[in-house]
Amino acid sequence: MKFIASIILTALLSFVLSLYLPWWSLAIAAFAIAALIFQKPWYSFLSAFLGLFLFWFIFASAINTSNNGILAQKVASVFPLGGSTFFLILITALIGAIVAGLAALSGRYLRYIL
Amino acid sequence: MRIVPFILSTVASITLIILLSIPLGSIPPLGNFLSPQHGFWQNAEDVDNLPDLAIESAELTGKVSVYFDNRLVPHVFASNDHDAFYVQGYLHAKHRLWQMEFQTLAAAGRLSEVLGEGPNGAILNYDRNMRRMGMTYAAERTLVTMEADPVTRNCIDAYTAGVNNYISQLTKSQLPFEYKLLNYRPEKWSNMKIALFMKYISYELTAEENDIEYTNARTFFTDTEFDKLYPISQDSVDPIIPKGTLFPTPASLPVIPPVADSLYFKWKQPLQIDEIEPARDNGSNNWAVAGMKTKSGKPILCNDPHLGLNMPSLWYEIQIHTPEMNVYGVSFPGAPSVVIGFNDSCAWGLTNGMRDVKDFYEITFKEDGSRQYLFNGKWEESDLRIEEFRIKNKPVFRDTVAYTIFGPVMYDRNYSGNRVSGSSSNLAVRWRAHDPSNEWITFYKLNRAKNYTDYLDAIRHIVCPAQNFIFASKSNDIAIWQQGLYPAKWKRQGDFVMPGIDTTFMWQAEIPLQENPHMLNPPRGFVSSANQLPADSTYPYYLGGHHDLFRGLLINRYLHDMWAVTPADMQKLQTENFNPLAEMALPVMLKNLDTLQLDGSSKIFFDKVSQWNLRNDPEEEGATVFKIWYDSLENAIWKDELMRVPEPWEWPSEYTLAEALKRDSLFSFIDNINTDKKELLKDVVTSAFKNSTGALKQLQSDKRLSWSAYKLTGIRHLLRIAPLSRLGLTTGGGTHVINATKDFHGPSWRMIVHLTKKTEAYGIYPGGQSGNPGSIYYDSFVNNWAAGKYNVLWIMTEQDKYDRRIASRWTFNK
Repeated sequence: MKFIASIILTALLSFVLSLYLPWWSLAIAAFAIAALIFQKPWYSFLSAFLGLFLFWFIFASAINTSNNGILAQKVASVFPLGGSTFFLILITALIGAIVAGLAALSGRYLRYIL
Repeated sequence: MRIVPFILSTVASITLIILLSIPLGSIPPLGNFLSPQHGFWQNAEDVDNLPDLAIESAELTGKVSVYFDNRLVPHVFASNDHDAFYVQGYLHAKHRLWQMEFQTLAAAGRLSEVLGEGPNGAILNYDRNMRRMGMTYAAERTLVTMEADPVTRNCIDAYTAGVNNYISQLTKSQLPFEYKLLNYRPEKWSNMKIALFMKYISYELTAEENDIEYTNARTFFTDTEFDKLYPISQDSVDPIIPKGTLFPTPASLPVIPPVADSLYFKWKQPLQIDEIEPARDNGSNNWAVAGMKTKSGKPILCNDPHLGLNMPSLWYEIQIHTPEMNVYGVSFPGAPSVVIGFNDSCAWGLTNGMRDVKDFYEITFKEDGSRQYLFNGKWEESDLRIEEFRIKNKPVFRDTVAYTIFGPVMYDRNYSGNRVSGSSSNLAVRWRAHDPSNEWITFYKLNRAKNYTDYLDAIRHIVCPAQNFIFASKSNDIAIWQQGLYPAKWKRQGDFVMPGIDTTFMWQAEIPLQENPHMLNPPRGFVSSANQLPADSTYPYYLGGHHDLFRGLLINRYLHDMWAVTPADMQKLQTENFNPLAEMALPVMLKNLDTLQLDGSSKIFFDKVSQWNLRNDPEEEGATVFKIWYDSLENAIWKDELMRVPEPWEWPSEYTLAEALKRDSLFSFIDNINTDKKELLKDVVTSAFKNSTGALKQLQSDKRLSWSAYKLTGIRHLLRIAPLSRLGLTTGGGTHVINATKDFHGPSWRMIVHLTKKTEAYGIYPGGQSGNPGSIYYDSFVNNWAAGKYNVLWIMTEQDKYDRRIASRWTFNK
């Protein structure tokens, strides 16, 4: 339960913060949720990772679909991705996920100290 | 010990966030760039959703309605100029902000702020070129003139305010794509940027000349040889104003200085300067057919400006309606008004004048610096202007430019264009674009012109760049004026660098506007221009500049023979692929080709070119064979002599060779001075063909022998990023062809206006209304443009506001 709640809350809080703050506010969200919902460190990391991965993957995919892939295909050619929109979405999701995971660990260990 | 994992994970987090927040080489900060809520994903527009908007602005005086049609062309309905241009500024910014700013950064020599120094300092060199040529200086002077006119002031202030309104409400996640890619933000817009943009157009259209190359050629060739290589006129020319027209005798004519023979025509010192210049082919076609030759009895006006093919396009379609005007056409994002277009009474268009309004004067500085220069026997103080270049990721670079009575000393020991070492000669540039002027008001007036008198009143303001303004009205007038403020020159004045130590070689006077070549309602029933010479040698002033021969020749030939003309006929003419250069040169080349010397594989290519229909159609292989063969022939004939000229030197024009072939007058140049044997024309023609075979075979195996595959026409993004461009289009045309589509240069706008009671108009440009690569409107017109098709231009009335062609509505309220 904590695990699922962490995933959802991390995604939700980072979405809200990103409406007003730059992209790294997702780290704040992951940090905060991991500090509040005490889990084993590996679960804190994984729930934040999955939270952002799914959030950014789905969000980017939705944007891409309603755009008919026009821009993603161009960006995936500007960067060395061979024009693959899938890889671009994947990298997008991975980057958000890793930052969130590490930030969550940091929040979890802070809670551990306090 | 509990603290260790905390420290490790915190350090790792922060390090990763920092790495994703800084640019890594040319990669923008990836955290922001890839974030779906902040980065490029936000520029990926929903293809189905074009929302209606209501925008409030206290700066407006009334309501403005904007209706976007299904091509994203805005139809603007405002109650006065101020509001109309305010909204035009907002719309230009909405769809083309990045492009507008980028172009004005280029004009101001500030690209290195955004792009860095460039490979081998190329970008910095470009920037220095713009500043040293006096672009910013010219814009400052023009701005003063523009702001001093109350009408202009009102309009440009409104335009600037509209642009700034849009910029001010942009959040970081709404920035245009290129800002995110290059990691910078837009500046505030200003009237100065409008002036800079106007000067950029002047640069594109008048900054190309060959003074330095011609001066270098002078050091090697005799007078006779030089005139053969670079003739002032052409035998076959069909000038804009037909041969035989009588020109009024001027009150006074410029006088060749007596010292010209010794000081000017006998110049012996080569110049080591590699100029950075706009495309030589920046030119266009226009023509207007009078009612007497059209099927409807009403005039038809056509224009296709030839410029670099870029995305976003230089042009933005718009209709602007106020109680005083109802105008449709293409505008420049960067300036208010419609530049080429039509209203309810008349239509107008432009082609480039091509005459020489940029000359160099050699300056003598006192001692080693540039503080003082010799003029009329005295040492005058230069006006030293220090240009600062805030290069991205590098320290500030400072460049001191001395301004003299002639203009800025563009080339000196510190700068020689694209060369690394400086120039040993100090050259000041006298450029008409430096003169204070307000060309913008011409377009303001044309937008609301009702007749020929209004047209004249509009174009009299043009100082630089001089254009062939074509005009047609519903009241059945057609006219053309080569309008601009031209220096009255003696023969060959300004073709070479001139001594700049006194007034002797300065421009002596200005040609009165009434004496500019012009025509109104000629008996032949049409007017036209395609960058050819405006007049024959009976025109009393020296023209200078570089003029094409072939397009004007062919356009006039066709128009002479056409009757009961319709807009469909005009579409066919504008996209005509017949090659007049081949028409003149190929028969002579074939006659002189010794086919016995050709082996089997070469004979295949011979068959293709000898059976070719002289059309540069996309599938024609003969067109490619001809081009490669002609280039090879030019090389064979001119290269051996030209190689002895100190660099930089200039190839003779293609028409020079063609005309010489036709009248069989190449004599001395045919001989290759590097061989003992004395070559004849048939030797050179045959060896040129044999030398082409290698390249042709390679093209054939690459499947690039057809003209379109060889030419590889493309529309390139301004940053030259391939995925943002549309490359490898299937098109015909070429240099000297009416359909002037080369590889990256060609008809940037095609327009046909039929001046019937309810105007019928067609137009297209290779691009789309939106500058956002994430929009379906980014390149929506490219395919049709390549296929030679046209969009129907919809002149909307406010009664049409529920028409199904309308895709969205914006309302601006105060």
